[in-house]
Amino acid sequence: MSRHALSVRSLTVEFATARGQARAVDEVSFDLVPGERLGLVGESGSGKTTTALSLLRLIRPPGRIVGGEIRIAGADVLAASPEELRRMRAARIALVPQGAMSALNPVLTCGAQFEDLFAAHGERGGAARIAALLASVGLEPQVAGFFPHQLSGGMKQRVCIALAVALRPSVIVADEPTSALDVIVQRQVLRTLVKAQKEAGAAIVMVGHDMGLMAQFAHRIGVMYAGRLVEIAPVRDIFADPRHPYTRALIESLPDLERRGEFRGLSGLPPSLLDLPPGCAFAPRCPRVVERCRVERPGPTLLAGGREARCHFAAEPVHAG
Amino acid sequence: MWAYVANRIGLAAVVVLIALSVNFAIPRIMPGDPVEQQLAAISAAGGQTGDMAEAAKALRQRFQLDRPIWEQYLGYLWNVARADLGVSVANYPQRVSEIVLSGLPWTVGLLGLSTLISFGLGTLTGALMAWPSAPRALRLLALPLVLVSAIPYFVIGLVLLALLGIVWPILPVAGGYPFGQVMNADLPTALGVLKHGILPALSIVLASLGAWALAMRGMVVSVLGEDYMMLAEAKGLTERRIFLAYGVRNALLPQFTQLALKLGALVSGAILVEVIFAYPGIGYKLYVAIGQKDVFVVQGIVLLLSLSIAAAMLILDLFYPLIDPRVAARSS
Ligand SMILES: Nc1ncnc2c1ncn2[C@@H]1O[C@H](COP(=O)(O)OP(=O)(O)OP(=O)(O)O)[C@@H](O)[C@H]1O
Ligand code: SF4
Ligand SMILES: [Mg+2]
Repeated sequence: MSRHALSVRSLTVEFATARGQARAVDEVSFDLVPGERLGLVGESGSGKTTTALSLLRLIRPPGRIVGGEIRIAGADVLAASPEELRRMRAARIALVPQGAMSALNPVLTCGAQFEDLFAAHGERGGAARIAALLASVGLEPQVAGFFPHQLSGGMKQRVCIALAVALRPSVIVADEPTSALDVIVQRQVLRTLVKAQKEAGAAIVMVGHDMGLMAQFAHRIGVMYAGRLVEIAPVRDIFADPRHPYTRALIESLPDLERRGEFRGLSGLPPSLLDLPPGCAFAPRCPRVVERCRVERPGPTLLAGGREARCHFAAEPVHAG
Repeated sequence: MWAYVANRIGLAAVVVLIALSVNFAIPRIMPGDPVEQQLAAISAAGGQTGDMAEAAKALRQRFQLDRPIWEQYLGYLWNVARADLGVSVANYPQRVSEIVLSGLPWTVGLLGLSTLISFGLGTLTGALMAWPSAPRALRLLALPLVLVSAIPYFVIGLVLLALLGIVWPILPVAGGYPFGQVMNADLPTALGVLKHGILPALSIVLASLGAWALAMRGMVVSVLGEDYMMLAEAKGLTERRIFLAYGVRNALLPQFTQLALKLGALVSGAILVEVIFAYPGIGYKLYVAIGQKDVFVVQGIVLLLSLSIAAAMLILDLFYPLIDPRVAARSS
């Protein structure tokens, strides 16, 4: 089993709201092999962040992981005691946060924020080790003496990447690691992240809105819709032959690909998590919908090449029109 | 960095100069001869104790009203620089600086200590009240703290005085040390001073504890939502480290500003408590001087008030960059 760096089985997360339980992540399953890069995409509110943070058990009330299993190199995350969990974080699974601008403690120098990481895990830090980590993300050793406010957004995110790889975790979770940065810096930082991830030999789950950008950095892409992982496949396959109508709609809405004529953006809004249609959550917006979709929820269909899609018709390619 | 320091010191100097000038101007813009006025007021109030003619002479000499105004001003600054604040009219020839100095240790001791105690206790309580994994019982403290902090400190003082001083007389109700006893640097004196300080200190601590706790609780709650708190947890730091170095440390910044302001306004902070307990501090002296219409003493104390606020602000400004590294960068 521990051939996998990360193994997620039927992960389910709910938020308690005034109007009932909102299932933000619904039976999500996937595996990553060491060094693999998964890009998680989907509309806003589809559950990407919730999935990503669940992997480190960082969901706060009113949210709660209500079911499933998460294993990192075989170790059970959900069964870990608070102290075991603390020791797993950063050492086995690390986070590159979304808010690059405010993810570092403003009153501590960057160096101190490396040192407390080492101290918490019983490791020796030291200027040389920190300098090497900073160098691996393209930063000068002096940065250790700087406070966060003295760094640009891109530099801060590089510091966060260096912190994430510092203890050589098996898995890195990066939630929109570049969304707060401008476009040019975004690519540089993503390149740095991938380089650091390769050097650490870690698998990575990258969350992002931009499917085009993801395609350049990920091996596989997972598409989320209304808390469900509706399709997961290698980048090349998913672009050449999407099996879920929602994936196809996402690809078609990308501006820069050389498709003309048949462009059809997605109309309508995603359903409320408190009021999901009984069958396929995508049915109200799906161009391919049939009566069965409205009553029967599609389970995962396993396809050749380790692909998977949750659509009654996943076995057939999605045709235009 | 040095520009920042020079800037702050300059600012403090301006504030001090303004305070001095106002203090200089007030007796001079009052209509009529200030000396006659004061002597008349004092005899009318029956407060005069010293030699009237001597007092009048000393006062005239002090005002130097026959000199040009700038000479008067320079003379005044020179006097203040030598800590010469003039003489008390009501208790001629006692010097104002003596009266002020005799009250200062009492006030600084009583108010300084009780302010620090309620700051420390309140801040810690507030931080724990907001911390998710702290005992639930702490959260129940919120209501009583709100209620008590809504009561003015002198009302708390009166209640304590009635309860512990009169109904159930276990503590002295007036003065700073046992009446009639000579002050020595020995244990009985120290215990006497301590015993006399308990009730006034308790009323100040009780009255201000809630405000510290509630402000800190609010700050910690908002800090909990910060991204760096999530990253601290993701780094696997111990909860103790996250609480102290990430949570409390950041939430403390506005508390320090409040503390400096409170310490600066120390002298005027609890005049009524000193009056209620006849505590021999600056506040009590001010109260007595106002009653005796002893203008120079009042003036001297008011000047001390403005100077101590200016000093507290300067100290805060100079130390703040050490606790919040963003400040020096922002303001220079
Ligand atoms: N604290 C919360 N309380 C209630 N519901 C929440 C909370 N956090 C998230 N949710 C719900 O969970 C769902 C998934 O949110 P999540 O943040 O995981 O989406 P996302 O895919 O990351 O979106 P985005 O692209 O906007 O970051 C949303 O529908 C949201 O309403
Ligand atoms: S199951 Fe039906 S509604 Fe859902 S995506 Fe497939 S075709 Fe569309
Ligand atoms: Mg998100």
